[in-house]
Amino acid sequence: MTLEIILQAIVAGLMMGLIYALIAAGLSLIFGLMEIVNFAHGEHLMLSMFTSFWLWSLLGLDPLFSLPITIALMAFCGVLTHYFLIRYILKAKMLIQICATFGLSIFIRSIAQLLWTPDYRHVENPLIEGRLEIGTIFIGQPQLFASLVCLLAFFGLYWFVSKTETGLALQATAQDRNAAEVLGIPANKMYALGWAIGLGCVAVAGSMMMNYFAVFTDVGINFALFAFVAVALGGFGSIIGCLYAGIIIGLVESLGGLLIDPSFKLLYVFAIYLLVVIYRPQGLFGRY
Amino acid sequence: MKKLTTILAFLSFMCAPILATAQDVKIGVIYPLTGSSAQIGKDAVAAINTALDIINNKHDIPGMPLAKNEGLDGLNGAKVTIVVGDHAGKPDIGVGETEKMLSQDGVHAMYGAYFSSVVAAASTVTERAGIPFVNGDSASPKLTSRGLKYFFRVGPHDGMFTQLMFEFIQDFNKKNNANLNTLGIIHEDTLWGSDSGSTQKKMANEQGYNVLEKISYKASTTTLTSEVQILKAKDPDVLLPSQYTSDAFLFLNTAKELDYNPKLLIAQNAGYVDPTFISTMGKNAEGVISRSPFNTDLAETIPMIGVVNEIFKKHSGGRDLSDVPARAFTGFMALAIAINNAGSTDPEKIREALTNLDIPGDALIVPYRGIKFGPDGQNEAVRGVLMQVQNGKYCTVYPYELAACDLVYPMPTWDQK
Repeated sequence: MTLEIILQAIVAGLMMGLIYALIAAGLSLIFGLMEIVNFAHGEHLMLSMFTSFWLWSLLGLDPLFSLPITIALMAFCGVLTHYFLIRYILKAKMLIQICATFGLSIFIRSIAQLLWTPDYRHVENPLIEGRLEIGTIFIGQPQLFASLVCLLAFFGLYWFVSKTETGLALQATAQDRNAAEVLGIPANKMYALGWAIGLGCVAVAGSMMMNYFAVFTDVGINFALFAFVAVALGGFGSIIGCLYAGIIIGLVESLGGLLIDPSFKLLYVFAIYLLVVIYRPQGLFGRY
Repeated sequence: MKKLTTILAFLSFMCAPILATAQDVKIGVIYPLTGSSAQIGKDAVAAINTALDIINNKHDIPGMPLAKNEGLDGLNGAKVTIVVGDHAGKPDIGVGETEKMLSQDGVHAMYGAYFSSVVAAASTVTERAGIPFVNGDSASPKLTSRGLKYFFRVGPHDGMFTQLMFEFIQDFNKKNNANLNTLGIIHEDTLWGSDSGSTQKKMANEQGYNVLEKISYKASTTTLTSEVQILKAKDPDVLLPSQYTSDAFLFLNTAKELDYNPKLLIAQNAGYVDPTFISTMGKNAEGVISRSPFNTDLAETIPMIGVVNEIFKKHSGGRDLSDVPARAFTGFMALAIAINNAGSTDPEKIREALTNLDIPGDALIVPYRGIKFGPDGQNEAVRGVLMQVQNGKYCTVYPYELAACDLVYPMPTWDQK
């Protein structure tokens, strides 16, 4: 096992980890804001990828150019989700909330299969293609680009939540809804905004992945699984925790697969997850 | 009055299946209709509807059994109906569907289910109930080595296909004075992939090939980077992947990203023959070889394929016949012929007819030598071909006597594609 191979695995793990991180950030934001776990997160990722695909297929827009449109559409989808579903279950029991978002996931997946069939779809000849060769290390350009855009979006999100007035209002609503409303922050609008941003994050990750990943109706499930692990690992509600957790998952998956045995790479990820849950249940950066 | 009519219409609609069961043959069909292999399941069901169309209506297809008259002659023209269930690729759901079909729908036989893992679980349910389970398209060798009395497989299993691959490598070495000796095996980790991988490893060891690496992974994985890296580092002469659709796409894309170029890639069917494989992968699919019991270029030697394909298109929304539907069609026809021969819907008589079944190869749309089950329930007259993607199409390259194209060796590198 040479150093180059290990370096290659680190690069690949990092790139994958950043994508996991952004997907998880959307999930974490929604949870942090209203303590609702979005079980339809994977389906929202699938919808983003399909949006990006159809914009390419029908209008000829490369996923790169259609990115703002995909983000806008998915943010709108987030607002709709809030107004038509989430708003009614905000104060409901946790089991009801779980059933609602879980039901939403089945609904979206079934509708997608009905509308678009279960076929696999791929963007052909995207603008960003090919690979970079740095010494003996190969970096797929779409993967590199996707991870950089995800990192950028991540820092954008972090800046927005922690530095802008609206972001602070979001945080205030997350801490104490009633107190925030007394101070004139419209909680309902903040929740809708939270959903819009959460799905916007997924839209960025989904669009960028469309450059090298095939989309099908079940594509989101596996990414969502990692997103849940990342959220729990990083700490529920902590956005920066998602970044570290995403990168840890990516690295553990790729290095463990290379150095020990690829058949068990999920095991390594979940072993770390279990350790964290046992010894630090609030996660690496969690408040709860 | 209008209300009454509606109620009556609704009642007659509800009763229709009950009335139909009085005389018709009812077969339970399970396939993955949701989940990541849903399209394959849908195509398979379309193939079965094609078979029903041929059996239940008058068709003029020379050489095709049961086509000439309406229904089954052996049962005084009884029609064949199906109950379709979705197992989503999960054995537990497959078992649930099968139990429901046996107890509530009262099916006379079961058919399905593409996923070997589902077939393995569901066929134990039918075995207990004493109902025949016929399979046309699952390839795990273990399925027919369990000593089941009511289970029959019409298609070949991976052991037979793997034998074909090794015969090909041997013939290739001889013909070209080459020395392909080292192998890499990569497979997904459900029953089918694991079985295929271990069969390949066992046969390779027996026949003197050197397996440099055998990797298993979860089919629903989001990345295959470390797997490809390991293969690239070991660089075997021939790579033998057993992968479903999404992981096959992911594998090739990752191989492209990391510039991994196997000299020969001989796939164990599945993802590599998904009807969308070539259209989705485009030039990235060039040079890939897959084993298959079927290829559309066989239509030249088997004219029935063209006619059946036309009927299939009506049921599949315009999609062409491909490997899995062709196998599903063949298996279902075999079951229908057996029921016709039995002249009864009694499960025991159907089982007997299946054990005595002997269909010649020229009555089939696949290149099998015929259908005749051994004592283990495996069709012993199967045959497969190897086909390679050349210029955006699968072309038969082996056995040499059925070949329509010459083999491209080594397969083009990513830079050449």
